[in-house]
Amino acid sequence: MSTTPPTPLRLHIKNGHVIDPANSTDRITDVFIADGCIVALDKAPDGFTVERVIDANGLIVAPGLVDLAARLREPGHEHKATIASETRAAAAAGITTLCLPPDTDPVIDTPAVVELVHLRAEQAGYARVVTLGALTRALAGERISEMAALKAAGCVGVSNGQQPITNLLNLRRAMEYAVTHDLTVFLHPDEPSLSNNGCVHEGAISTRLGLPGVPQAAETAAVARDLAIIEQVGVRAHFCRLSTARAVQMIGRAQFDGLPVSADVSAHQLFLTEMDILGFNSQCHVLPPLRTQRDRDGLRDGLARGIITSLCSDHQPHEPDAKLAPFIDTEPGISSLETLLPLSLRLVEEGVLSLSQVVARLTHGPAKTLGIDAGTLSVGAHADLCLFDPARIWRVEPRQLHSRGHNTPFAGWEFKGKAVMTIMGGQVVYEEGREKRKDKR
Amino acid sequence: MSSNNLQVDPKGQLRHFLTIEGLSRQLLTDILDTAESFSGVTEQTVKKVPLLRGKTIVNLFFESSTRTRTTFELAAKRLSADVLNLNIPASATTKGESLLDTLRTLEAMHCDMFVVRHADSGAAHFIAKHVAPHISVINGGDGRHAHPTQAMLDMFTIRRHKGAFEPLRVAIVGDVLHSRVARSEIHALNTLGVSEVRVVAPKTLLPARPETLGVHPYYDLREGIRDVDVIIMLRLQNERMTGALLPSAHEYFQLYGLTEEKLASAKPDAIVMHPGPINRGVEMDSEVADGTRSVILQQVTHGIAVRMAVISMLMSSRVTSGENKD
Repeated sequence: MSTTPPTPLRLHIKNGHVIDPANSTDRITDVFIADGCIVALDKAPDGFTVERVIDANGLIVAPGLVDLAARLREPGHEHKATIASETRAAAAAGITTLCLPPDTDPVIDTPAVVELVHLRAEQAGYARVVTLGALTRALAGERISEMAALKAAGCVGVSNGQQPITNLLNLRRAMEYAVTHDLTVFLHPDEPSLSNNGCVHEGAISTRLGLPGVPQAAETAAVARDLAIIEQVGVRAHFCRLSTARAVQMIGRAQFDGLPVSADVSAHQLFLTEMDILGFNSQCHVLPPLRTQRDRDGLRDGLARGIITSLCSDHQPHEPDAKLAPFIDTEPGISSLETLLPLSLRLVEEGVLSLSQVVARLTHGPAKTLGIDAGTLSVGAHADLCLFDPARIWRVEPRQLHSRGHNTPFAGWEFKGKAVMTIMGGQVVYEEGREKRKDKR
Repeated sequence: MSSNNLQVDPKGQLRHFLTIEGLSRQLLTDILDTAESFSGVTEQTVKKVPLLRGKTIVNLFFESSTRTRTTFELAAKRLSADVLNLNIPASATTKGESLLDTLRTLEAMHCDMFVVRHADSGAAHFIAKHVAPHISVINGGDGRHAHPTQAMLDMFTIRRHKGAFEPLRVAIVGDVLHSRVARSEIHALNTLGVSEVRVVAPKTLLPARPETLGVHPYYDLREGIRDVDVIIMLRLQNERMTGALLPSAHEYFQLYGLTEEKLASAKPDAIVMHPGPINRGVEMDSEVADGTRSVILQQVTHGIAVRMAVISMLMSSRVTSGENKD
């Protein structure tokens, strides 16, 4: 399916509350867009002829959201979702850039797969997709990948996904090779011999339900080990999907000591705890597992203090059958693109972050980690914008999610705040009430 | 908690029997009282009551079992129900969808009740959640999670010997971590109001947070059973010996094996229980297993009456709720 992209419009977004943390912008003003870029704020540039005026009165005008981790299920798992279906869901959620981890099938360890992903995303035309290349071939943890070729093909970083590298010499060498090519290494801190095929947090709930637990030490031992090698090698590293308060402290300490490390957290970890699993709720089966209230508070604190600079969806859409089994046999993950913004806005309601901080953690923060030119409304930047109504009340109805995956533990939750228009490269890719019914494949 | 709603209907009657957790003391006492009324039946020459004539009960065993399956079968037959035994080896079902498919097939045969045993914690909940509304599910043991009928037959045995629960101290000894029996017993004992529940094991065989279950953990057997009224020994699976959980069967028996000599620190009239089958010389000495304080064989006998009670209570709740509804 190839559609020629429509020419970007010259847009005038009027009277919106513009929040652009990268430029410390936080005021009611106008944004002007031409040729797919931001051309001016406040006042139209000379000779600007407008094609469409968008009244953003009462709306927040923010940079398009940048999501550090979204499984799009293509290539390899198209029965769950496709790049087209999920980028469309992303557009409906205000997300304009998605980062795809390398654990597709085949794994993103050759330029061909990178090119395929980029091509499919361009064809769909709903959101930008950037890729992380495999840190080791086939994520097997043995031979390092052809990082130079992957970088040339467009990978913005390297990662071994959730596959552990048990041989620390191999990890060290992979990190050294990443330094050679100036690539950030994205790490999922998990010591597999300690997590030992557990499926919930090791604590009160694992004790009660008799489910095998993942101890806190599975994460903290991996963070400690990785920090030691990062310090030795001097690689730029990013810790993905933290789940424990202790790991946040350890990374905060390493940052204080000057190590080039950053971290993210998935939005669901800030609102759910192990208690939500009671009754064997497989929609709450995620890895790393939901942990305790103390961990949840520690993660929120890390986010507020800037130790954690990105909030991500950790989107993992599934077909219904993947969650229809006894808890341990279900597949982990949540279809979470469309709850990323509303959950994040709830942090403002609950006094954890200011609105501007939330926008920063969803835009500039992750863009900086990925080293990409996105997440700002600077003049000259791509015109990627998310317009959302911060006062809109809505209720999550899994069947109405745009994502192919309807697996969410937030069914029935009432949220305040919803994306109403998404603009990518100067084109309106989502407009509430005006959805094109294409790409239903 | 959703598990409550799943197993108890709005009028407080049992729809499924999945876990002891969340059930009321009254309901547990009702089960024991009903079992008491059935225990007469099992001692008569004609060991049958015509309560469930025309009903079909399926023993759906995804994990092998002799004792539990046989006592369920006997209990059902003594209530005059038809019984179908299905042993489905784990290898035959490739998870998830086919488990549901198996259910749908059995539903189509118009069965009334499933007794389910499965190696995964939560399997009985899963089945109860997805089964047709006219079918009741009894958990015959799911993974490490729960084995509620075993717990109730142990409560029945304790009540027969000790009368009231309130003054009792109970120690559960052995592999609590992997034991569904222990979890259900702990909930039952605490619900019935015993004064103290202890668990005795090395830390490698205890769950992460035993205190959240309302028990006091002990590492030392003599200390743990000091002045208790009831000692429940748990079975230690042979495969636990090969991992890094325990150094050897020898050292385990030295420290946690129940002998007459160690038993001396319990109350003089303390009873010794075991869900069976016993590993003699690992969990306990034969001298204790066959001794005067052992009530292990009575547990098996009581298992039939207790399972008759649970089956009949589930069926009668179906009848009454059916009358009101349709």
